[in-house]
Amino acid sequence: MRRRTPVLLAVCTAVAVGVVGCTSDLPGEPPKPTATGAGTGETSKFFVQADHDNELALRTKSATGPADKPWEQALDPKTVDTAKYKKAGPYHLCFSNAGVGNPWRQVGFKNMQAEVKLHPEIKTFTVADAESKDDKQISDMTDLLGKGCDALIVSPNTTATLTPAVEQACAKVPVIVFDRGVNTKCPVTFINPIGGYAFGATGAEFLVEKVKPKGKILALRILPGVDVLEARWGAAKVVFDKSDLDVVGVEFTDGDAAKTKTIVTNYLQRFGDIDGIWMDAGATAVAAAEAFEDAGKPFPAIVGEDQQDFLKMWQDKKLTAIAPTYPTYQWRTPVIAALKILNGEAVASPWKLPQPTITQDNLSQYVQADMPPLHYAMCGCATLPGYPKDWGGK
Amino acid sequence: MSTELATSTTPAVKAGLGGGGRSGWGAGSIRPVLIILVLLLVAVGIRQPDFYDPPVLLAFLKRAAPLIILAAGQYFVIVAGDFDLSVGSLVTAEVVIAARLIDGDPAATWPVIALLLGFGLLIGLVNGVVTTLLQVPSFITTLGMYLVLVGAVYTWTGGSPRGALSEEFRMFGRRGIDGVPVLGQLPYAVLVLAGVAVLAVLAMRSDFGKVLLAVGDNPRAARLAGARTARIRTIAFLASGLAAAVAAILLGGFGGVSFQVGQGLEFTAITAVVLGGVVLGGGRGSVAGAMLGALTLQTLLTLLNLLGVSGALSSAVQGLIILAAVAVGTLRRRT
Repeated sequence: MRRRTPVLLAVCTAVAVGVVGCTSDLPGEPPKPTATGAGTGETSKFFVQADHDNELALRTKSATGPADKPWEQALDPKTVDTAKYKKAGPYHLCFSNAGVGNPWRQVGFKNMQAEVKLHPEIKTFTVADAESKDDKQISDMTDLLGKGCDALIVSPNTTATLTPAVEQACAKVPVIVFDRGVNTKCPVTFINPIGGYAFGATGAEFLVEKVKPKGKILALRILPGVDVLEARWGAAKVVFDKSDLDVVGVEFTDGDAAKTKTIVTNYLQRFGDIDGIWMDAGATAVAAAEAFEDAGKPFPAIVGEDQQDFLKMWQDKKLTAIAPTYPTYQWRTPVIAALKILNGEAVASPWKLPQPTITQDNLSQYVQADMPPLHYAMCGCATLPGYPKDWGGK
Repeated sequence: MSTELATSTTPAVKAGLGGGGRSGWGAGSIRPVLIILVLLLVAVGIRQPDFYDPPVLLAFLKRAAPLIILAAGQYFVIVAGDFDLSVGSLVTAEVVIAARLIDGDPAATWPVIALLLGFGLLIGLVNGVVTTLLQVPSFITTLGMYLVLVGAVYTWTGGSPRGALSEEFRMFGRRGIDGVPVLGQLPYAVLVLAGVAVLAVLAMRSDFGKVLLAVGDNPRAARLAGARTARIRTIAFLASGLAAAVAAILLGGFGGVSFQVGQGLEFTAITAVVLGGVVLGGGRGSVAGAMLGALTLQTLLTLLNLLGVSGALSSAVQGLIILAAVAVGTLRRRT
């Protein structure tokens, strides 16, 4: 063996030299400018310019509806007539839920259950949890339709796969879809906040405003290929490409605290300092900020979300931060919409809910020390029965 | 499986070597890993000149500590001729359990830590008993345990971790003793690491360590010589489970509640052990080598990061190391 090693080494070296030689033989092509210079990569196929422009415009529109109840408000509403669905109570309301697999959905589902309690005319509320599985949700919806629901609320697990099942349901009962959408116009209404482009742009614009020119930005995304998350990043990319900030990295965290902290720690080690953190969802914002704290670096300007752990850290450590939100109060609206429809009242369709942003100025009204760390502040749940205990608060 | 492996290599084992093979260049020697480590440390130092400032170096050791501890635990199992593939999912399970039980309540910290250590030992005991008494190859036993833990954690939490770790719990992975002269902050993780390292080396120097090596080297000979091989191998699994629990406490402290904290750690730990010159199949290699292997791997990952190599490549690098180390180990034994 000892005699063989030098031979092996020689072969390796020869190969290495050969490779270098080959590349130097290539004609000197200039590198193609794939990105627009800001290190943000290529535009994803999910990006739809018209939707982007529409959402950004909606941010400044004023909403109609009661000022203190954003979950009843609608932006730029176009109403549809629902007289044909009018029916006398009491009602049997059904809900096909994609799942409660993350804290956002857990808080949202509690909002919905509490909203149902507010309405005595709902005699039965039947829920089927699809546990984040498309096939289960399809069979859930078939089961629910066999139980004599007066109206069906659907929070689809994925857009394309659930569309035929929703179309089937539309033929039997009024359907209300919220959160993620479906590719059909058959539901009576589709309820969601402004959307991902507005969310992403708001955070990115904040960084452009707060970080010095040429400042280093690290963008943290959960995972690729999910429309709402692609939209958030798509809009942020547009903002960064137009700015003179330097996006030094775009990384996927899987929404995991430990992975996020490791990535940020690695970037701090590699670049010395980072001036701004953009995130497509705030669940791991605390982990990202902690990485700076543990490395003994000053906190960056950071984009989070309305989770209590982040808001509390923002207040305690005086972060330079912003929290665009995807409010969980949207889980209340489908119940309200269902009752309106069964009462023959006109409803907005699509029903666009306002999407507030938490800033330094209004931070204090959203920090709730007695709520659990993973509670979402923008729940519109403070006046609901069972609050705060049912949400895990004290 | 392990039995056959070890037996088939027996003719190549030189009589009288038996022990860790700490000196020289033969299989199980720590000299190659030391040289690689020094080269990597020099390279890191060139790329990041402040790396050798005591606080930076300690921060590096703090990040390396969980992996080094896991490698020490994995060493006991590997040197006895077995594998433990369950440590990664065990780490995840421990962190998720800790978050759920502590739920932000500082008073629950110490009881939960005790429970976590107990749970690690329990999983090690089950692995050991199934492997030795039921004669299921450890590769299968611990692969099964890995799947059981992944599934159980997912079912228990519904796919997203609940609860919160207390600051008191996170302290071990995040904080340290402040105001130490020269060093600045002395991280608790480094102290825990030092404790584990001393215990591991002492264990290998004791009678237990010698019997463990003999069992890994040639189980039949060891059994005929009067060693209680089943008990010894089970103790090795207990050590691995306990090491995973300690690593989980440090990792949970570092990163907080996480569903992926342990993902792939079993392979990282095995890579580290192999890199440290420990021979798969058992009988050769020292626990110091395994821990140095982990330190070397962490240094390599740090260097790759400093060079801007994407994180996704690090698993490819680990794969290459396992292949190269095993191939080189086999070649060295043939000469």
